[in-house]
Amino acid sequence: MNELALLVAATLAAGTPLALAGMGLLVNERAGVLNLGAEGLMLVAAVAGFATAYHTGSPWLAFAAGAAAGGLIAAIYGWLVIWLNTNQYATGLAVSLFGSGFSAFVGLGYVGKQIREQPIDGVPGLRDVPLLGVALFRQHAMVYLAVALTAGVAWFLYRTRAGLVLRSIGESPQSAHALGYPVQRIRLAAVVAGGALCGVAGAYLSVVYTPLWVEGMVAGRGWIALALTTFATWRPTRLLLGAYLFGGVTMLQLHLQASGVQIAPQFMSMLPYLATVVVLVLISRNPLWIRLNMPASLGKPFFPGG
Amino acid sequence: MNRSSLKLLALGAVALATGLAACGKKAEPAPAPAPAAAAPAPAKPAPLKAAFVYVGPVGDAGYTYAHDLGRKEAIAKLGDKVVTTFVEKVAEGPDAERVIRDLATQGNKVIFATSFGFGDSMFKVAKDFPDVYFEHATGFKTAENMRVYEPRIHEGAYLAGLVAGKMTKTNTLGFVASFPIPEVLRNINAFTLGAQAVNPKVKTKVVWVNTWFDPPKETEAAQSLMNGGADVLLQNTDSTAVLQAAERAGKYAFGWDSDMSAFAPKAHLGSCVLLWGVYYEKALKDVLEKTWKTGETKWGHREGMTDFVKIPDFVPAEARAEVADAKAGLKAGTLDIFKGPIVDSTGKVRLAKGVAADDKWLGAVDFYVKGVEGKVPSGK
Repeated sequence: MNELALLVAATLAAGTPLALAGMGLLVNERAGVLNLGAEGLMLVAAVAGFATAYHTGSPWLAFAAGAAAGGLIAAIYGWLVIWLNTNQYATGLAVSLFGSGFSAFVGLGYVGKQIREQPIDGVPGLRDVPLLGVALFRQHAMVYLAVALTAGVAWFLYRTRAGLVLRSIGESPQSAHALGYPVQRIRLAAVVAGGALCGVAGAYLSVVYTPLWVEGMVAGRGWIALALTTFATWRPTRLLLGAYLFGGVTMLQLHLQASGVQIAPQFMSMLPYLATVVVLVLISRNPLWIRLNMPASLGKPFFPGG
Repeated sequence: MNRSSLKLLALGAVALATGLAACGKKAEPAPAPAPAAAAPAPAKPAPLKAAFVYVGPVGDAGYTYAHDLGRKEAIAKLGDKVVTTFVEKVAEGPDAERVIRDLATQGNKVIFATSFGFGDSMFKVAKDFPDVYFEHATGFKTAENMRVYEPRIHEGAYLAGLVAGKMTKTNTLGFVASFPIPEVLRNINAFTLGAQAVNPKVKTKVVWVNTWFDPPKETEAAQSLMNGGADVLLQNTDSTAVLQAAERAGKYAFGWDSDMSAFAPKAHLGSCVLLWGVYYEKALKDVLEKTWKTGETKWGHREGMTDFVKIPDFVPAEARAEVADAKAGLKAGTLDIFKGPIVDSTGKVRLAKGVAADDKWLGAVDFYVKGVEGKVPSGK
């Protein structure tokens, strides 16, 4: 049973960067902008966060730096797709590739450097509860913040006027424009906020999860986060659960190996990505369902005049 | 003919003339400097150009870092007789062939490829460049102008096992392994045999990560091993991630390929280091003195290519004495780590009683010794 508790704990930690990045992408996509550059954003933020932690020793400054880096690159992306109306898919891929190369270049001097280990205190008091304490209450603060963020985003989207405006822009920017809302500026705000959250996810990876910088360390988590938004039909709570599911599958294969279960490790490594594909296929079976849930203007350019 | 065909013809003629002139030009410079060079005392021979192909980043503080240290040592010893370049982070596969071919065409007379997966690519290029010497680390394919060199790092793994067996409280060791090739299986087995020599109850759990270098994955693998009860870890992956994961969890681990003691003051029990400098110096000298011959070189503690260093003070004296004895035995050639009877994890006898393993047996290890849990995954 203790092993199960440890697996749950590992799942929470592994799912957090997916949840953070996924939440950022969800906000983006609810406004109608599809940011395929998530992987690149997370990489640049990871190196920015690591460098900041290395030079200042403060993890929170590192998260801020990661958010700033993610937000900055997202702002450039936003300018390109919102004002210059470049194709969102192509631009997003370009951002992703740029982020990979740029982070590797900037990070050259940081490979092999160490930063101070982040003490993982967990929740004082609750952490000593047998089983449940081990499973749930011995995490870094960012894990709990991710949960709080989910609640916050859900509240923002469904219970505030600003969230309503954002969602309406995602469904029909023309109508929102006709009503007088500054569609382009709101979209940019959503893109920058989303980029900042992806940035925090990236910084978490390089400062808390594996306190190292190495080229390509995000290892596809940005792409998984993108799939997660579709998997969760653009709802925050489902996204959080989906993030833990994917994190869990990754940790499960290692856990099973360590327990001596005899399945080829290569197959096990494939599992998280296989799960992503299976889930997407299941969801895409019903085109009506997708149309009902997907923001109607997702990926389409918006021309205020036209 | 019309104007455009005339223009085309003129362009063609000019191009042809330029081409011929260029061909002619190449022949000229060669004879010209020769008489000039003959006049002063024998000119210094041009330095030997050598190139190194690395699979990871030089900053990995592990495997590739050790190779680069070796390269620098060799240059320091040989001075201006050699000039070296290196290409890092070369992926094993078609890219490797391109890089090796590039280096050969750039005038490098000896090329070192430092990872098992570069073997096939280097073999192909070696066929096309008979005048260039190719050296493949940890490989097995050889040719007229290609040879292999390998450190007996399983000696270091054995010494680590001696310490691990004494330091473990749960009698469970963990190993983060890259690919199921003989070299890695040898290390797992040597680690386990070393631990069993001082603590027969020890068991080893293995997690395969299918990569040489991926710190987040190595960390997750280390985490699962520790969750499974392992309290001393060893890895044959190239970064410090496993050691750092052990430090965070209050368990023990070792450095691998390089001295990693600085990364984990509380968890580090010793580093199995590779000292490539001695081999690189010899290999470059072979080319300079024209004594290069193909073959296989497998060096260990005796020749100074491997070592086990930086055992911390908190390791009890008896464990340190065991290591010192074993090291002396390895240096003198009197200690055989793999000596029969060796039984694998299915109960089959792999080495008869009293027989010492030879290089052929060592190169074909495809099993776990008794005490290692699980089954060897198939495939490379």
